[in-house]
Amino acid sequence: MSGVPGANPLRDAQDRRLPRIAGPSGLVIFGVTGDLSRKKLMPAVYDLANRGLLPPGFSLIGFARRDWEDEDFAQVVHDAVKEHSRTPFREEVWQQLSQGMRFVQGNFDDDDAFETLRSTIEELDKAQGTGGNFAFYLSVPPKFFPKVVQQLKKHGLADQKEGSWRRAVIEKPFGHDLGSAQELNQLVHDVFPPNEVFRIDHYLGKETVQNILALRFANTMWEPIWNRSYVDHVQITMAEDIGIGGRAGYYDGIGAARDVIQNHLLQLLALTAMEEPGSFHPKALVAEKLKVLTAVELPEDLGSHTVRGQYTHAWQGGQEVPGYLEEDGIDPKSKTDTFAAIKLTINNRRWAGVPFYLRTGKRLGRRVTEIAVVFKRAPYLPFESGATEELGGNALVIRVQPDEGVTVRFGSKVPGTSMEVRDVTMDFAYGESFTESSPEAYERLILDVLLGDANLFPRHQEVELSWNILDPIEEYWDKHGKPARYAAGTWGPAEADDMLARDGRSWRRP
Amino acid sequence: MKIDLTETTSSKINQALISARRDIGSPAVGMVLTLVIVTDEENAYDALKAANDSSREHPSRIIVVIKRVSRSPRARRDARLDAEIRVGSDAGSGETVVLRLHGELANHAQSVVLPLLLPDAPVVAWWPEDAPADPAKDPLGALAQRRITDTYSAEHPLDELSVRAATYRPGDTDLAWTRITPWRSMLAAALDQQPAQVISATVEGESDNPSCELLAMWLADRLGVPVERTLSGGPGLTAVRLETKNGVIVLDRPDGSLATLCMAGQPDRAVALKRRETAELLAEELRRLDPDNIYESTVKFGVERLGGPTEASSVGSGQKRQEPAGAAAPAAKKAAAKKAASK
Repeated sequence: MSGVPGANPLRDAQDRRLPRIAGPSGLVIFGVTGDLSRKKLMPAVYDLANRGLLPPGFSLIGFARRDWEDEDFAQVVHDAVKEHSRTPFREEVWQQLSQGMRFVQGNFDDDDAFETLRSTIEELDKAQGTGGNFAFYLSVPPKFFPKVVQQLKKHGLADQKEGSWRRAVIEKPFGHDLGSAQELNQLVHDVFPPNEVFRIDHYLGKETVQNILALRFANTMWEPIWNRSYVDHVQITMAEDIGIGGRAGYYDGIGAARDVIQNHLLQLLALTAMEEPGSFHPKALVAEKLKVLTAVELPEDLGSHTVRGQYTHAWQGGQEVPGYLEEDGIDPKSKTDTFAAIKLTINNRRWAGVPFYLRTGKRLGRRVTEIAVVFKRAPYLPFESGATEELGGNALVIRVQPDEGVTVRFGSKVPGTSMEVRDVTMDFAYGESFTESSPEAYERLILDVLLGDANLFPRHQEVELSWNILDPIEEYWDKHGKPARYAAGTWGPAEADDMLARDGRSWRRP
Repeated sequence: MKIDLTETTSSKINQALISARRDIGSPAVGMVLTLVIVTDEENAYDALKAANDSSREHPSRIIVVIKRVSRSPRARRDARLDAEIRVGSDAGSGETVVLRLHGELANHAQSVVLPLLLPDAPVVAWWPEDAPADPAKDPLGALAQRRITDTYSAEHPLDELSVRAATYRPGDTDLAWTRITPWRSMLAAALDQQPAQVISATVEGESDNPSCELLAMWLADRLGVPVERTLSGGPGLTAVRLETKNGVIVLDRPDGSLATLCMAGQPDRAVALKRRETAELLAEELRRLDPDNIYESTVKFGVERLGGPTEASSVGSGQKRQEPAGAAAPAAKKAAAKKAASK
């Protein structure tokens, strides 16, 4: 009740209908004309408002080079929201949002523009009551990072004042190796305190990824078998069916491993393999993730336990597609990997000797991300020979996207007079039934930024540890050989299959 | 896919459900709850539509229990069960069984429903209208963990609120309460921003709308201050005014969709507070199936302690200050004790 001084008497932990609404705040998007901003960020802001999770007076400032007025900007947001938002368009929600929309025109080295930005923020504090709380979302190519961050500092936009906050939101890539990542972290932390920097890995905002924690730590049935005694190996796959599209400039020289394994796949590995945190307090969670990432060990022979590949010209799903080297803007001699598969082990009591196979690639069979925990075969099978020929290992598959859900694979008798055991699957479909209402990753992440909840964001130590894991592999690839070839639309080069065959295993077809 | 069964039984319905599912090729079912809608022919269509819409968020088996009125002694003797089964695209994302109970069978609905409940999944009962006085003791209500009533649809909403309070059991909830969640959330956010002690409050809305009383009781119960209920032409709730030591907080919604939040020392801000469809209310209701202790504490506060509505409509405009009349006595202590007892 109203007993505790300072506590809001209308709030009660038992009142779980009341959602977490962000406090007075605003969001500044740099690079607001980009694809990500139009397709994801603006719709996410609208969806949050529509669900009543944004504070009254929430403000959105766009910063870009275009010569726009506030109205033009509002029109662009309006169109983006209408086309891409998850929830239905409602006029009254739009009216609430549009009152706080501003546009600031300028280049990143334009001091006047940043002064305008500062006065816009001050104006909004007065007109909309944003209370000086602003998050700066840097949706800009990495090369502009330092410039924007320094400009924010120079114009006093990053100053943390008593009773209000300024936060930075940055997107991957967080560098391209350990050195550059540290440099970037230093640069950002020089301007924003580490706990006010939010690194977006949109995978961590996905419901299914958060569900890994629920699956593992809310249930009793998995924990006893979640270890080296029962688990044979773990496969983490993120496959895309698209090519590099218009990202040639960014992608060439970076490659699949840096683009995906370093952040998404190692985060999924950490969540799958970590010990139970003491609580879901961000510090407790990050401590466990750091522990398991520190325990990751690379194979000694990198040549036979890692594979990289490049897709070649082929027919994919009824369409003729160019090979990587034929893509616009790619050096025909490029050694950049569009497919990467690596084997890792984790040196702790739970996982010693259990290989974790990570693979990712572009122009693979279909778009899918999944974690497959494959269990050992039963030590003894009391069936006639031949009865269990078609039986594989039991498996628990967490399907991250699309068709989010969980699949359990186990053996079952085939109906008939003879005893024959075959694999069957049992499905929990998240996607099928919940997609329409389960929030987009960006919605959750933007809300968390405004609330200051850092749980779903990789911390700088995690980023650095991940580079620590990947750097030796990249160095090895630089010096030895060149990428294997695979036809677009297949599941990667034959070398990747050989890599598992050497261990007596095979890839799942996701 | 639709299947009609006449003069049938629960076990035949179960068989038909399984074969229908097999025919459309989806043997795996990911349904999370059984929703039992108890209604009459007149309200069944709207209720089922709302339930189907909300099943996109909560895939469920929806059982509509329609008690048919028998108008002759012979019809009353002739007990009969007709069923209509819908699976696949006709049933949202779940399964729907519409049961029509004729004659004497109408008094034994639970015997039909019990075998049709999903195994090991929660059961929710919903009466869109004409809820029993004691939902938890109702034979169908007794099957459910959660019982949803709607005092808004009652002939005498305020009396109905007192009945709900008197017969409350953990798991009861009311759509009139669900309707005010956005208001409550916005008011709580307003106090987050301006943590000042509230001295008194006023809730303004149309008459015969129990949501206004519930909001007023919630404020009185939580804040322990006098809350006045005033009348306006609606639609629904139109304004809430909190007098605090730092000035006034007014949340004003004259048109049922866009509200204005006015706080002393801060600019006026627009807030979307659209009146919601039944499907959205139901979806919110199904999100949590544990007892709603805040609702309990609110409804048990007692509508008579609010001291009846007064005719006035100047709260929203925020010009004339209302002196609290017929105020509810501070009740912090008593409510706290009650809450402790109910844990």
